[in-house]
Amino acid sequence: MIAYSILDRDWSFLTDKLILVGILFAVALGIAAYSTLAERKIAAFMQDRIGPDRAGFFGILQPIADGVKSILKEEIIPGRAHKFLFILAPCIFMTVALMTYAIIPWGKDLIINGRKFSLQLADLNVGILYSFAIVSLGVYGIMIGGWASNNKFSLLGAVRASTQMISYELAMGLSLIPIVMMSSSLSLRDITEAQSYWHGMHWNIMLQPLSFIIFFTCALAECNRTPFDLAETESELIGGYHTEYSSMKLALFLFGEYVNIFVSAAVISILFLGGYNFPYMNEMGLSPNWVSILSMGALFAKIFFIIFVFMWIRWTIPRFRYDQLMKLGWQIFIPLCIVNILITGLLITLKIYH
Amino acid sequence: MQALTKRSKLVSNKKLSFIEKLYLPAILGGLKITLQHFFKKKVTLKYPEVKREFAPVYRGMHVLKRDEAGRENCTACGLCAVACPAEAITMEAAERMDGEEGLYREEKYAAKYEINMLRCIYCGLCEEACPKDAIYLTDRIVDSEYTREGFIYGKDILVEKVDDRIDITKRKKKKGE
Repeated sequence: MIAYSILDRDWSFLTDKLILVGILFAVALGIAAYSTLAERKIAAFMQDRIGPDRAGFFGILQPIADGVKSILKEEIIPGRAHKFLFILAPCIFMTVALMTYAIIPWGKDLIINGRKFSLQLADLNVGILYSFAIVSLGVYGIMIGGWASNNKFSLLGAVRASTQMISYELAMGLSLIPIVMMSSSLSLRDITEAQSYWHGMHWNIMLQPLSFIIFFTCALAECNRTPFDLAETESELIGGYHTEYSSMKLALFLFGEYVNIFVSAAVISILFLGGYNFPYMNEMGLSPNWVSILSMGALFAKIFFIIFVFMWIRWTIPRFRYDQLMKLGWQIFIPLCIVNILITGLLITLKIYH
Repeated sequence: MQALTKRSKLVSNKKLSFIEKLYLPAILGGLKITLQHFFKKKVTLKYPEVKREFAPVYRGMHVLKRDEAGRENCTACGLCAVACPAEAITMEAAERMDGEEGLYREEKYAAKYEINMLRCIYCGLCEEACPKDAIYLTDRIVDSEYTREGFIYGKDILVEKVDDRIDITKRKKKKGE
């Protein structure tokens, strides 16, 4: 009876999801690869240089060259390192970075041959909680890697990364509570849909600018990006947790960082910049499929913009000192978040926000 | 107390105002500056394709000139070797034989003429000392070598080829001034 019901079910959703997983995997890694090029190009342009432009037109093939170089390089595992954990750490870091992609709604549903094709792997009703849980796991990769290297600098970097994670996770979570209060859901799709009023311009950034600033700053800290890249300071810790890593394992760490940036940019776009909503998306009179494709384009445009801002900030602002970073997290952001929650609650009670 | 220099500044421990404490205006100001640079003209030259032009007074590798008829100018008088502060130049003179009038301009010529490019400081004093218009510094760059011996340039490298003359008008003009 049970076997019959399993056979009887419509398994097409599985192929749908598998195709989507494949596409997402390729897109995620592709974008991460080209983020490395974008980073170098943006850095160069902001310093009045040209940047890598030898591999292909405008350096288009540079990420491939870098990848090949990373694979071909000698792999060194320090003699006193904990071998198993040393190898495990970059794997954890990369896997965890890729896991958040599952809950991001990439666009409105496509309808192909009368069948609905969802552009989201899993519409979890606790999407935000899931993303937070997974993003926090990312620090395990760093922590294990730093510890397993058996190197003081690596350990210091790892410790810094974990303390930073603890201080910023809190403010990050608190800064999102007003958003959750306003859309009364934890699902990323519901939050996106809640921003589709005002002709698709009902973006949370306009209603919650303070939340946006806090969340953005925390996202920088979570991704270990400048000005909060204390876990991997070149000048103090010689690269921090990945000091002892070489070859493809190092590449996985660096690559995972760009995957993280992409995820953070996606989450920021969804929570604050209206996700896949774009102005007048329902008033243009296009067919639903076209709207879906355009909405996907809109989301990616927002993501790329956020990634650009991440890099822009990196090449502008010098690194924070460690005590400044802690002070910012615990003494400034958390009180601000709580005040923000109170104000939002008041406004919702007074029916100004809804 | 009187200041020791005119450039000394009084240290101020002024408290930051609220706006300054927010940091955000300062950060936005910084972002504005980097964005301006983003769109500025880039200073990088794509080197092998585009080469930066040398200054007109650039002093690089030497050349031993020939005259219009293709005869070597150098008479091995040794004035360049005397002028050379780095003692990089050595030469051996020889007498011109009958039938060699097409090769050397005067009765005496340099049988051996060597410049040690590692000793040379490219000051250009040899050029100034030369009474026969024979030696000039050009804007060519001395190539890298694997051994020290390789840097001792003989006549085979220094003397310009008859069919491949080296342009030294820039240096000549400067000398005439």
